[in-house]
Amino acid sequence: MAVAEDIRPTSETLLKVRAPRRPANMGQFIRWALLFAGGIAMVMPIAYMISTSLKWPHEVYNLKLIPDEPTIDNYTYVLEDGRFYWWFVNSIIIAVITTVSNVLFDSLVGYTLCKFRFPGRYIVFIAILSTLMIPTEMLVIPWYLMSQQFGWLDTYWGIMFPGLMTAFGTFLMKQFFETVPDDFIEAARIDGLNELQIWWTVAMPLVKPALAALAIFVFLGNWTAFIWPLIVTNSVEMYTLPVGLSSFGDEADVAWELIMTGAAISTLPTLVVFLIFQRFIIRGVVMAGLKG
Amino acid sequence: MQLYRNLTIRQKQIVWAWAFLALPVVFYTVIRFYPTANAVLISFQDWNLLGDRTWAGLDNYAKLVADPVFWQVFRNTFAYLILGTPISLVISFIVAYHLDKTRFMHGFLRMLYFLPFMTSAVAMAWVWRWFYQPVPIGLFNNALASIGIPQINFLNSTTNALPAILAPAVWAGLGFQIIIFMAGLRAIPRSYYEAARIDGVSTWTVLWEITLPLLKPTIVFLVVFSSIGFLRIFDHVFNMTTNNPGGPLNSTKPLVLMIYQTAFNSFDMGYAAAQTVVLFLVLLGVSLLQLRILRDR
Repeated sequence: MAVAEDIRPTSETLLKVRAPRRPANMGQFIRWALLFAGGIAMVMPIAYMISTSLKWPHEVYNLKLIPDEPTIDNYTYVLEDGRFYWWFVNSIIIAVITTVSNVLFDSLVGYTLCKFRFPGRYIVFIAILSTLMIPTEMLVIPWYLMSQQFGWLDTYWGIMFPGLMTAFGTFLMKQFFETVPDDFIEAARIDGLNELQIWWTVAMPLVKPALAALAIFVFLGNWTAFIWPLIVTNSVEMYTLPVGLSSFGDEADVAWELIMTGAAISTLPTLVVFLIFQRFIIRGVVMAGLKG
Repeated sequence: MQLYRNLTIRQKQIVWAWAFLALPVVFYTVIRFYPTANAVLISFQDWNLLGDRTWAGLDNYAKLVADPVFWQVFRNTFAYLILGTPISLVISFIVAYHLDKTRFMHGFLRMLYFLPFMTSAVAMAWVWRWFYQPVPIGLFNNALASIGIPQINFLNSTTNALPAILAPAVWAGLGFQIIIFMAGLRAIPRSYYEAARIDGVSTWTVLWEITLPLLKPTIVFLVVFSSIGFLRIFDHVFNMTTNNPGGPLNSTKPLVLMIYQTAFNSFDMGYAAAQTVVLFLVLLGVSLLQLRILRDR
């Protein structure tokens, strides 16, 4: 009797029995093969962009993914022209400064709203939250007028100023500062640190993953930003990469392999960064997407 | 300094808090709130940038309602939304659902799907624009020709151009949605699936009765997020139709492109501002509606 009872399946034993790993069956293989095919299709546009940027003109319109005789001639040509070099530098400067500004200010505001109790806190919170509802496109006309009035048109400051702080970043950081125990902050206060030092040396290091997620989002957003830089710049040297590429592609008789080269120049930096920090970036995107 | 020392701890906190917030408060007031109010104000005015701002009352809105191009643009904008959001959500859910069950080379597959999200919309618009060119230039038509299928007129057709422009926009957003869906799938407690397995429930029922209902917060977030994205589509349209932005015959023109042209090609600031107010109301309405529908059910 005792033996019979022992082998009676309970939900727990069923769970344990649930094969450590079922041998790969046909269904699983088909699933994998379809996912793989889909994934390859997903990167095809990127692959063709890179492949075409490495082709000689006579090869551009065949369907081969691997060029017969690869060349970096297109890159030399495009970079010697000088404009892409300028646009690249402009994009880097703008994306870096905006990212630094967001990382500092969004976290400072998020921290203050999270850890301080002061009159006006709720109003500031709601006010910043409400700006999430305002689309950028509604603000471009007033921003343009403002830039015209103050002489910001066609300057770095003009391109950057609208994005120096974001409500999205502020709320992302506020969420993450919730995870910092108040005791840490109290202890630092007792140790005689002032509030600025507490924020910078105690709280900030504890939310590094969130800071990185924010930095990735802001950098990518500004690197690819198009409509505002298009509006605020008018001299070719001030264009960012997207604006420059758009005007370059629109010139009469520009060869497609040169456009693909320009497109590759504006895409490869973010792709390379992604391939290096892949796991980290995906985690950051999930964090920002779900918490922000 | 003496004054500061005499404050209580609580008062010091208030001073610090406002010191931290001083610059940001100025920023949000000057760069967000004032421009918003200004946009609404300009929408009631008549102004071409050079002359005076004159009061126009509701003229700009009346002009908008009477403008056939505006209604065409309005339809286009919703066409991007109504096609783009369901297509991209269904594809990304199917991929995420299966990718979640795949262990072999999981990271590599995920990387393939995510890569397009890291690209620049402008660059990719030009790549796709090249794909869509007629024989002997465009990749798609060359591929079709090589297997003997007659070529398709993508970007110069009033019916095909809008879906053709939508495709790269959907493509670029899939990676993000897949990643978010997978995070949502991971968050569903294993025990629910174990219980269903013990009860011998079919995979299909598990999907409809457990997975999808529990994914609702994720679905709400992605529907709202991607709808807002499609209603604000601009980069792809502008770059794939630079020779005639929004063409052919306005058949691809979304609201943001109309705003851009009215403001910065025709310099009709009042009229453009009225369009931005409409965009704001549309975005607000669509997000509130979706939150309501999806939350209640």
